[in-house]
Amino acid sequence: MTDTPHRKLERSATGFMLAIVAAASVGGIVEIAPLFTIDNTVENVEDMRLYTPLELAGRDIYVREGCYACHSQMIRTLRDDVERYGPYSLAVESKYDHPMLWGSKRTGPDLARIGGKYSDFWHVAHLSNPRDVVPESNMPSYRWLATTPLKLGNLPLMLQAQRAVGVPYTDDMIANASADARGQAVPDSDQSAGVSERYGAATQISAFDGVATNITEMDALVAYLQVLGQLTKAAYESTAAPEQMPNPNN
Amino acid sequence: MGQLTSGERDLAGLVLVFMAVIGIAMAAMGGMEPLGIHGVMVLLCSVGLLFVLMSSAFGPAPDPARLSKYYDDPIKVGVGFTLAWAIFGMFIGVWAAAQLAWPSLNFDTSWASFGRIRPAHTSGVIFGFGGNALITTSYHVVQRTSRARLADQFSPWFVLLGFNLFCLIAVSGYFLGVTQSKEYAEAEWYADIWLVVVWVAYFVLYVRTLARRKEPHIYVANWYYMAFILVVAILHIVNNLAVPISFTQAKSYTIWAGVQDSMVQWWYGHNAVAFFLTAGFLAMLYYYLPKRAERPIFSYRLSILSFWGITFFYMWAGSHHLHYTALPHWVQNLGMTFSVMLLVPSWASAGNALLTLNGAWHKVRDDATLRFIMMAAFFYGLSTFEGSFLAIRPVNSLSHYTDWTVGHVHAGALGWVAMITFGSLYTLVPSIWKRQRMYSATLVEVHFWLALVGTLIYVFAMWNSGIIQGLMWRTYSEDNALVYSFVDTLVAMYPYYIARAFGGLLFLIGAVVASYNVWMTVRSPSPAPSPAGDDLPIGEHSATVPSAAE
Repeated sequence: MTDTPHRKLERSATGFMLAIVAAASVGGIVEIAPLFTIDNTVENVEDMRLYTPLELAGRDIYVREGCYACHSQMIRTLRDDVERYGPYSLAVESKYDHPMLWGSKRTGPDLARIGGKYSDFWHVAHLSNPRDVVPESNMPSYRWLATTPLKLGNLPLMLQAQRAVGVPYTDDMIANASADARGQAVPDSDQSAGVSERYGAATQISAFDGVATNITEMDALVAYLQVLGQLTKAAYESTAAPEQMPNPNN
Repeated sequence: MGQLTSGERDLAGLVLVFMAVIGIAMAAMGGMEPLGIHGVMVLLCSVGLLFVLMSSAFGPAPDPARLSKYYDDPIKVGVGFTLAWAIFGMFIGVWAAAQLAWPSLNFDTSWASFGRIRPAHTSGVIFGFGGNALITTSYHVVQRTSRARLADQFSPWFVLLGFNLFCLIAVSGYFLGVTQSKEYAEAEWYADIWLVVVWVAYFVLYVRTLARRKEPHIYVANWYYMAFILVVAILHIVNNLAVPISFTQAKSYTIWAGVQDSMVQWWYGHNAVAFFLTAGFLAMLYYYLPKRAERPIFSYRLSILSFWGITFFYMWAGSHHLHYTALPHWVQNLGMTFSVMLLVPSWASAGNALLTLNGAWHKVRDDATLRFIMMAAFFYGLSTFEGSFLAIRPVNSLSHYTDWTVGHVHAGALGWVAMITFGSLYTLVPSIWKRQRMYSATLVEVHFWLALVGTLIYVFAMWNSGIIQGLMWRTYSEDNALVYSFVDTLVAMYPYYIARAFGGLLFLIGAVVASYNVWMTVRSPSPAPSPAGDDLPIGEHSATVPSAAE
C-alpha cells in the first residue's frame, strides 16, 4: 500500500487527536462566537424588565418539574404559529433567561405568551387537576404545589447567582428579594409597594394561589406563567409579517 | 479486582476514602436537600466498594503472567451495567409513554410525573445504557485492535464505576427535581464536574493503551472512540458552564442566556447525537461487523471519507433544531446546509457496512446476531436520511414540535444504537467468557424480532401522529381561520400514544430476554478450552486484525 498522508496520520495518536479537535471545532466557533459580537442578534429594547424574585422562583419550579419537555416558549415566524399563539418571539424576550426554555416539543401548547390570557384562578384549577378544566388533557396534576411552601430564604442567593451570570439585578433587589416575593404574593402588604418600585408599576401583585396568608410554590409558578410574554411589549410593535406556510393549499 | 497490584490497591483505597469524605461533606452541607441525599449515596457507594476492595486487599500479588493477557474483568462488569441500565431506562420510557396516554399513571406523585421521569428515561438509555456499552466495548476493541493490554488495572475500574456513579447521581436527581433543564445534559453542576474527572481518566487510559499498541496503524474503530471521548469532553464542558447559587445547594444557573444558550444547547444536543450516539457506535460497527461477518471492511477510502465528514460536518448542524425561531437566519441556513451535506458521510458509513456483508448474506439469514448488526446499519442509513430531510426548513416547519421528531430519534436510538449494541454484545459475551456461543440462539432470534417489530410499531406510530398533528396545526378553513384548536389535535394523538407504548414495551421485553440469555451464557459450564474466543494474542506479530481491504 502506498503511504498516503492519512496512513501516516494513523500512526500517530497525538496527531490524530489534534486533527479531530481541529475538525470538530470549526462549526461551533463559526456559529456561536458571532452571536455574541453581531449587535442585531438581540434587539435593543427599552422596556425589557427583569423577573421578580417570585417569578424567578416560579421559573425554577417550571424547570424542576420539566414543563419544558412538553411546552415550548418560542413562537416561530410562521403564520399558523402567530395566529394561534400571538406575535412571534424575539430574541430579546429571552435575553435574561438562564437557561432559555424555548423547548423542542409541543405535547401541550406553546406558553411564550400565556401571561394574562387566563385568570390566576384558572391556572390554579388547571395545575391542580388539568382535566377539571380541559377534559381531554393528558397533563399531570401538580396539586402538591399549593401545599408546598416556597423557600424564601434562597431568593437572595438566586438573584446573586443570576447577577453573576449577567442579569442586572441591583444590590437593592438582592437585599429585598425575600420581601419582594412576599409583597408580590400578598397584595396590600407592607412589602407590596417595594415590588412596583423595583420592577415597575405594571408588575402583577396578586394572591396568585387564592390564599394571601402563605407563599406557596403555586404562587410562584402562577406568577411566572402570568408574566410570560409580558416582560416587554417589543414583539407587539415588530412589523415584519410572518412567513407563509410552504404548503400552497393553505 | 484480584488483578490489582498492591500499589493499585492502595491507590484505589485512597480514592475511595477520599470519595467517602466528599460524600460526608456533601451530606453535611446539603442536609435533607437533594445535595445531602446525593452525599449519602456517594458515601454508601464508596464504603461498599471499599469493602469489596478490602476483601481482596491482602490476597496474593497478581500473577505477572497476567501482563501477557488482555484485561477483561471490567468488561464483564460493564456488560452487566449495560444491560441493567437498558432495562431500567427502557422501563422508564415505556412508563413515560403510557403516562401520555393515561395521565393518572403518575399516581399523583411529584417524583413520577412526566416532566421528571422523561429525563430519567433519556439519561438512563443514553448515558446508562449507551455510555456503558461504549465504555465496555471500547475496552474490548482497543485491546484487540492494538494487541495491547489496558494500560493499568486501576483506571478501567475508576472510569467504569465513576461513570456509573455519575449516571446514578444524575438519574436519581431528576426524580428529586434536580435538573438544569438542558436537554440530554440535565445533571447539575456537581455531577457535571465529576463527569469531567471521570472523562479525563478515560482519555488518559485510552491514550496510554493506544501508546502500547503492537500494530503500527490505529484501527478505524479507535478513530471513532477517540472522537467520541475528545469531542464529548468539549461539548460537555462548554454546555454545562454554570454558577451554583451556593456550594451547599444543587441549583445552578447556566452562564449562557437566551438566544446564545439556545445555540449552545443544540450545538451540544445535536453533537451528543453525533459523538455519543453515532461516533462511538460506529466504532462498534467497524469492529464487530467484520468480526461477526468474517469479512474485511468493504472500503478503506469510504471509512476515511465518512469519518472526517462526520467529525467536521456534524458540528455545524445543531441550529437545524431552531428553524423559524429567534435565532438569526444565517445560523439557521448554515445548520440546514451542513445537515443536508451530512448525508454523504452518513451514507458512506451505512453503505460501507452493508457492502461489507456482500458475500456473507447467507450468514445474515442464519445468524440473528449478524442480522442485528445489519439492521442497525440499515436503520442508521434510514435515520440519517430522515435527519437531513427534517433539517430542511420547510419540512421542519411541519415536523418541529411534533412526534415526528420523537419518531426520528427513536428510529436512531432503537433501530441503530440499541441494535448495534445488542449485536455487539452477542458477539462480545461468548468471546469474553470463553464460551463457544450464546446460551440460546433461539432467544437471540426471539429478541431480534421483538426489537424489530417494536421499533417499527413505535416509529410508524410517531410518523403518523407527528405528521397528522403538524398538518392539523396548520389547517385553515375557507375563510382563513384555523380549523383545529390545540386540544383537537391532542385528542387525535391518543391512539398513537397507546401504539407507541406497546412498541416500546416489545422492545423492553427484548432487552429482558437478552439479559436472561447473557446471564445463562455466563452461568453455563465452561467448555473445554475454546480457541480462546479466537482472540488475538498480545505481542506476537499477527496480521489478522480486521483490516480494511484496499
